[in-house]
Amino acid sequence: MNVQFRDRPEPASPVEVKTAIADCDIHPARATRDELYPFLAKRWHSHLETWGVHPYQGMMEGPPYPKAQPNASRRDAYPPEGGQQGSSLSFMQQQLLDPYNVALGVLNPLGATGQGMRNHDLATALATAINDWQIAKWTSQDSRLKASVVVANEDGVSAAAEIRRRAGDKNFVQVLLLSRNVEPLGQRRYWPIYEAAEEAGLPVGVHAFGFGGNPITASGWPSFYIEEMVGHSQCQQTALASIVLEGVFASYPKLKMVMIEAGFGWAPSLSWRLDKVFAKLHGEVPHLKRKPSEYIRDHIFWTTQPMEDPERRDHLFDVIDWIGWDKLLFATDYPHWDFDEPSRVLPPGVSDANREAFYLGNAKKLYGIA
Amino acid sequence: MTSPLAGGVDCDLHPAVPHLTSLLPYLNDYWRDQVTTRGMTDLVSQSYPTNSPISSRPDWRPAQGKPGSSLPDMKTQALDRFGVSHGICNPLYGVQMVFSEDMADAFCRALNDWLVKEWLDKEPRLRGSIVIPVQSVEKSVAEIERCAKDPRFVQVLMLVMGDMPLGKRAYWPIYAAAERLGLPIGIHAGSAYHNPPTSVGWGSYHIEDYVAQAQAFQTQLTSLIVEGVFARHPNLKMVMLESGWSWLPSYLWRLHKFWRGVRMETPWVDRAPLEIVRSNIRFSLQPIDAPPDPAILNRLFDHMQSDELLLFSTDYPHWQFEGDQVLPEGMSSDLVRKIMIDNPRATYPRLKQPVAKETTP
Repeated sequence: MNVQFRDRPEPASPVEVKTAIADCDIHPARATRDELYPFLAKRWHSHLETWGVHPYQGMMEGPPYPKAQPNASRRDAYPPEGGQQGSSLSFMQQQLLDPYNVALGVLNPLGATGQGMRNHDLATALATAINDWQIAKWTSQDSRLKASVVVANEDGVSAAAEIRRRAGDKNFVQVLLLSRNVEPLGQRRYWPIYEAAEEAGLPVGVHAFGFGGNPITASGWPSFYIEEMVGHSQCQQTALASIVLEGVFASYPKLKMVMIEAGFGWAPSLSWRLDKVFAKLHGEVPHLKRKPSEYIRDHIFWTTQPMEDPERRDHLFDVIDWIGWDKLLFATDYPHWDFDEPSRVLPPGVSDANREAFYLGNAKKLYGIA
Repeated sequence: MTSPLAGGVDCDLHPAVPHLTSLLPYLNDYWRDQVTTRGMTDLVSQSYPTNSPISSRPDWRPAQGKPGSSLPDMKTQALDRFGVSHGICNPLYGVQMVFSEDMADAFCRALNDWLVKEWLDKEPRLRGSIVIPVQSVEKSVAEIERCAKDPRFVQVLMLVMGDMPLGKRAYWPIYAAAERLGLPIGIHAGSAYHNPPTSVGWGSYHIEDYVAQAQAFQTQLTSLIVEGVFARHPNLKMVMLESGWSWLPSYLWRLHKFWRGVRMETPWVDRAPLEIVRSNIRFSLQPIDAPPDPAILNRLFDHMQSDELLLFSTDYPHWQFEGDQVLPEGMSSDLVRKIMIDNPRATYPRLKQPVAKETTP
């Protein structure tokens, strides 16, 4: 946990948004350490207090690369009643949902949620608890909010059971994975997750971050937080390449996935590279029936935050044209520091139809919200 | 088709060591004995399996032996065919994969000496890259200084995936030596396999490893920039070899954005990442990871926001293009001249140095 020395500023004034939007990446937090206990069997309370969550990293508490802000969050996002940023529904309503006219908010809980843990039984218990908690604290209290099914990512069988338990429950709109796992996400150990998600009709969101024990570069551990921040996009690229090349979409043709908070500017270049190499090396992956770029085009959606920000807006529009305006999902990443203010994200020059798809339409369609 | 210009510089050629036994004459008694007594086999990296389609174009594959192992073939298939004045040899023999720095050092010295005798002495258009035992910075610097006496060595060669990120301060003596001696650092695709070949672990397929080279280049560029290599060594050039480059613009958008957000962490980075790339980083032309559509390609050149970043390369004998189409369709003649002649000559100062015994290139 980051030590908090600085004064907390007054909340920034939001620029009010008139047209409804979807926010496809909101991070709800726990106000207190024991907030999950009502949803966890007794044995895990003392387990957590004695041994902690035992992740694939060295620190007992706090991230290996100290964030640039406490909890990587906006300094003006502390709820007035206490607790960490993102832990109060009423303050989230006041700071995010109401002023920005959020009609659909997708919750992606991070932290000690059952992902990236070495003890798989604990991971399973925590994932179930965090899902119950999302309903109790958030989605049952505000119908604009929808939950993600958090799963014990390294245990495909238990993860699939959790997805099936939540299937058909309208509180949930997707399954949540993180990009960095023990193995690349296309590996077979994760396929029970994809099978259950497809069966439940839920997209799988792959959020940047996570820990699987692998260095965040293919050349070892770097020095700085900025390298981790930028590096998440490279992790996402290799994770997506693995998913495509292992044949996940060839085997689960109805499955959709969302790349969350990892950028989208790299999508065309990665697709072109995959296609170019596939043209020569398809003999190694005969289970693929189509070009890699076609699987990506048909199965992948992208959240927008942190928004690609080239010097020239025509470069941004080129990239979006190559990806498709129908594939982007607006997100703020509330309450994190690199929050994207909806009124400032898209430069002028976008058609009304594309603007509507970008801010709301694509998300409603993907997540099945009327 | 865009025609190559005569007198260009091919910045990425791969002469192949026929077999580990080919290096025996260049090893001392101790290491010759080690190789033979211990039954060491050929050091072929998984990055380029000999029979994989991308390791050689079918029409460049010899009837016998490894692709790239014949100088006469290289002359007719690459040097003569594309009319170059110089070709820079980047040997990819797997000497970086061994775990002993002593053994790696012996192999690197042998490989560099082999390159001089078997290639540079026999073909005046060829230039070489100094392969270094990266696990030992001290030995690497010594090898750079030893080889740099020969002006035909124009670059230092490292792999994009090694033990540590390349910006780490431990490596800086290598960069100081290179800057002092007028040698760019070439960073080539490939791994020592001392870490998993992707940042999310070991994948199943060769194709996955190859695609992941581009992501490895991205993370190395971040490391080099944010550690401050170019603040300390402003005249050092680094060349990303076989890296692909269509990822560069969007990669820089992201890096620039986070640099603005958290630059307090690395205050010595006093120029924007894009400016650092423009002044210090270059990319070999092949592979071009983009569709063969001149409209898209010219948008990508525009996204690069500079015509000085790319250096002509065939990546011989790897399979990156068909026939003579080393330059993609739709390139302006100005850009062809920059890529083939001006940019390489500006990047490699040693190309201008006179070479003893050299015939007119």
